[in-house]
Amino acid sequence: MQKRVVFRSRLLPYLLVLPQIAITLIFFFWPAYQALESSFFIEDAFGFSRQWVAMQNYVELFQDPSYLRSFKTTLIFGVSVAVMAMSISLGLAVAANRVVKAATGYRTMLIWPYAVAPALAGVIWYFLMNPSLGIVAYWLKNVGVDWNHYLNGDQALLLVIVAAAWKQVSYNFLFFLAGLQSIPKSLIEAAAIDRAGPVRRFWTIVFPLLTPTTFFLLVVNLVYAFFDTFALVHATTEGGPVDATSILVFRVYNTGFIGQDYGSSAAQSVILMGLVIMMTFVQFRFVERKVQY
Amino acid sequence: MVENRPFLTFLTHAVLIIGVLFLCFPVWMALVASTHGPEALSSSPIPLWFGDRAWENYSQLLVGGLPEAGGVPIGSMMFNSLIMALVITFGKIAISIISAYAIVYFQFPFRMGFFWMIFITLMLPVEVRILPTFDVVVKMGMLNTYAGLTVPLIASATATFLFRQFFLTIPDELVEAARIDRAGPLRFFWDILLPLSRTNIAALFIILFIYGWNQYLWPLLITTDESLYTVVMGIQRMVNSGESLPVWHYIMGTAVLAMIPPVIVVVAMQKLFVKGLVESEK
Repeated sequence: MQKRVVFRSRLLPYLLVLPQIAITLIFFFWPAYQALESSFFIEDAFGFSRQWVAMQNYVELFQDPSYLRSFKTTLIFGVSVAVMAMSISLGLAVAANRVVKAATGYRTMLIWPYAVAPALAGVIWYFLMNPSLGIVAYWLKNVGVDWNHYLNGDQALLLVIVAAAWKQVSYNFLFFLAGLQSIPKSLIEAAAIDRAGPVRRFWTIVFPLLTPTTFFLLVVNLVYAFFDTFALVHATTEGGPVDATSILVFRVYNTGFIGQDYGSSAAQSVILMGLVIMMTFVQFRFVERKVQY
Repeated sequence: MVENRPFLTFLTHAVLIIGVLFLCFPVWMALVASTHGPEALSSSPIPLWFGDRAWENYSQLLVGGLPEAGGVPIGSMMFNSLIMALVITFGKIAISIISAYAIVYFQFPFRMGFFWMIFITLMLPVEVRILPTFDVVVKMGMLNTYAGLTVPLIASATATFLFRQFFLTIPDELVEAARIDRAGPLRFFWDILLPLSRTNIAALFIILFIYGWNQYLWPLLITTDESLYTVVMGIQRMVNSGESLPVWHYIMGTAVLAMIPPVIVVVAMQKLFVKGLVESEK
């Protein structure tokens, strides 16, 4: 954790950590505390007075069917994005690990979407799927699917899932590839000598050895889907139609900035914070890849 | 390769080619659409090959500006994005490397307290404290300023951890040698630690640059003045422009322009990027 040999100085270490600590206090801890505090109050629309209401904001949220629907939407969204992005990238990583020729070429072509912002990924897929002129919507129509994400909530949700997963494939691919490359060749060769075929080898040796990577990526993908995709939803469907794609993060923003209901927005923030804390805990407790204590 | 199976080799390449097509096709369509005029994009199916309006579209976007985006040229939005990305990147690296240095190389009260405070920021992404953070920025008078756009995002637990992990692998003998030669802590940092950290800094630079360039929610909150819009955030104004139909050839042109700088960074510095990504998440 620390060096055996250290420097002695009374003031210097404090000066060195000062900028980072100042920013965390002002822009992280203070706002988080504010969110916690105002989640117990109801504020009037002009911010002149506020009233202590204890848990009422929370109670109202959990009695609100549309908030519960958002929970469900977020869950469906998160799990679908994670499963889709991870299975595609696992397939690609296994293939990329096998090729000898042109390996770098393939890798380059597969990793660049990492740099594309979620908002842009959303906008591009929004264009591809546009019911009146999108090319994918046109192909779908030719095979008999009537695509209109402006009216059909399920299709709108599918649209944001595909766009979010598309952007995340590169990230997962790199981690799966790193995981695959760290599996000792001798294990695979031993299994091959025992006449295990490629499919069998994958399911009995490779996949179990990838479990830490898979679990780590699952948490990362869920965090990505729950939080980073705000931009994707906001730039395209804006939570609609009705509230078919209004995931929890989008709702916090909408309730606070558009609806001006600070108490409820703060309570939603606190619930989300609980969610992140839980997921970070799971990640560090069970994955233990990130830091050594 | 363990054994030679021609069919499997064929399958491998097929999977990879389909994967590449799946990832490249959307951007291909964006590129194609940005080279056509509005007429070509008014009826389905839209063309799959380039049109002849590339020059007009892009020059209009870069310097002319669009009423849908508040009349601000995309060129100036990209300039804002660049400033934002660079300030965030250098800021994060600078304050993280010095706080990691303090935590690893000094013994002082509350050392671990500070470490945990930095750690906890991981659990407080902007998205979960939107309103109160916005309030803080308003109270400090930083709305519509570059400072407001960048300073609140500069804290970085990830970068601090990465530097801390790296410093822990540096042999103690270096510090001993430096102390025997009467080098003070600042001198040791500047002349020994910083040069040793070069690769780590470069790898972090790539990841943080992309992070900074792709920010969306924060500029959306902090900028109401159109001259401070960043390009990733500004595109949203064109898509959801209310009454009028979206002008897709301009929107796709903007999307292409907005993704060029980060994609170039990733592709050009691929090796460092892969190393930085896999290590910083460990």
